[in-house]
Amino acid sequence: MNTELLMQLVVNGLIVGSLYGVVAMCFVLIYKSTRVVNFAQGEFLLIGAWTCWWLLVKFELPFWFGFPLTLAFMVIFGIALQVIVLRPMIGEPIISVIMITIGLSFFFQALMGLLFGHETKTYPQVFETASVNVLGMQVQTAYILSMVVSVLIMIAFYYFFKYSKAGLAMRATAFDQQVAQSLGISVKSVFAASWAISAVVSALAGIVIGMVNGVSSALSFFGIKVFPAVILGGLDSIVGAVVGGLIIGVLENVAEFADSQWLHIGNLYVIAPFYALVIILMIKPYGLFGTKDIERI
Amino acid sequence: MSGHTTLLKVEDISLAFGGVKALQGVSFSVEIGEIFSIIGPNGAGKTSMLNCISGRYQPQVGGIHFRDDEITKLKPNQRCHLGIGRTFQNLALFSHMSVLDNIMVGRHHLLKNNFLTGGLYWFTGARREELEHRRQVEEIIDFLEITHIRKAQAGTLSYGLRKRVELARAVALKPDLILLDEPMAGMNQEEKEDMARYIIDLNEEWGMTVVMIEHDMGVVMDLSHRVMVLDFGRRIATGQPDEIMANPLVKKAYLGEEDDALGDEEISTEGVA
Repeated sequence: MNTELLMQLVVNGLIVGSLYGVVAMCFVLIYKSTRVVNFAQGEFLLIGAWTCWWLLVKFELPFWFGFPLTLAFMVIFGIALQVIVLRPMIGEPIISVIMITIGLSFFFQALMGLLFGHETKTYPQVFETASVNVLGMQVQTAYILSMVVSVLIMIAFYYFFKYSKAGLAMRATAFDQQVAQSLGISVKSVFAASWAISAVVSALAGIVIGMVNGVSSALSFFGIKVFPAVILGGLDSIVGAVVGGLIIGVLENVAEFADSQWLHIGNLYVIAPFYALVIILMIKPYGLFGTKDIERI
Repeated sequence: MSGHTTLLKVEDISLAFGGVKALQGVSFSVEIGEIFSIIGPNGAGKTSMLNCISGRYQPQVGGIHFRDDEITKLKPNQRCHLGIGRTFQNLALFSHMSVLDNIMVGRHHLLKNNFLTGGLYWFTGARREELEHRRQVEEIIDFLEITHIRKAQAGTLSYGLRKRVELARAVALKPDLILLDEPMAGMNQEEKEDMARYIIDLNEEWGMTVVMIEHDMGVVMDLSHRVMVLDFGRRIATGQPDEIMANPLVKKAYLGEEDDALGDEEISTEGVA
């Protein structure tokens, strides 16, 4: 058995998994505060990655300038999306809003293709050394960065929901919009804030992945990968999103290893997360950390 | 009563849902420091009236004034900032949060520090602010005697306790006007007595003006300074409790027959503080 390869894959899995975790958190953020399942989450990554690429390549901005500029753009993008497209839908059935996010997903997918083409484009060299040696393993510098950023974001999210005023307002809004309003919470601002935060943080993940793999419409596939992570962890749990992301990341890579060493099926890594998903949901229908319904009869 | 002590003034409100006229030309005013009750048979438009005041519904006709502000077009959260708090008929607690967190949500509009300044906990006054809010929340918890359940998850509590937590959350808003929608529904006699005492204390010691919907006639007649009666969306009477009791229109609305007196059980006032 090739232990070294296995180790390398597990480390890769953890890193990719932490990115899944971050995107899953963004997904959960929107779900938690608005009850909307956002099918356009992957496109947020795509838009962020393309915007940053465009600024760096076409305008030749340095990374330290282009990167924050992209994030600022994503804040505006998130708020605009909420105000223009989703605000008129407040009070309409959630399923209609979900359908709209599916539409948005196709729309942005096509728009990005129209603007930037369909081939994979690479980022200019951002770091001096492309990869560094960690405990005898070669790890991409961008991945190290992504790991650090992911952990920071996770801590910030946890703190945000647990202790901040806006976090409490979001939890309240998620439970009942009418009641939250009667307690002085502006539901519109809460919604705008959650879409903005979700767009920014997703874009961040998109840029990191783009730096390693190049930018192409394949990035939005991340949005689909996040589903098993989110459902595994429990749809409304931030911690669950992180754990779910890590599990899916590692599982993919281990499945890849098992496949290449012994099974030779060819694409086990694609379906392995979904098998795990089915099994866990059979045992824990609310996911690992999801909230159970409280019922007093 | 002189005009300048008026806290809430409702003028000629009409509200219709399609062809259903929930409220038709209802006017009344509530003075500062009053306990004002709205009563009426089921479907009379009591909760609709309360929803118009709190901003959940917008009446098609008429205006609502709170102090000197016209609030008819304001959003519920804006009205909350002006000093109107409410509870709901069917419990609306955040059942997955602790009792303490539920009440802290009530402090939302009073909290100044946000996510970023809160991060600089010790430097921006966030610490002092938090301590101050905690102190006030504890005071409310103490007052409503829910100390023993403060860490419990709201959804797991008994009905009477949940009603009390919901009241605590509304009180946490520090409103000048508190709207209570059936605060005693589904309670036993002892719980009703407690609730009646809390409402009186809120009114007398905390200085809140109370507008309340309640079905228990004993409670209404004992607590209220003034009572308004609605029937089929129209106001049929306003006045002091004893006037209302003697009003033939009210008897008719409740019993359907003009010459029937209110039954003893319905006007029984025994056992209410």
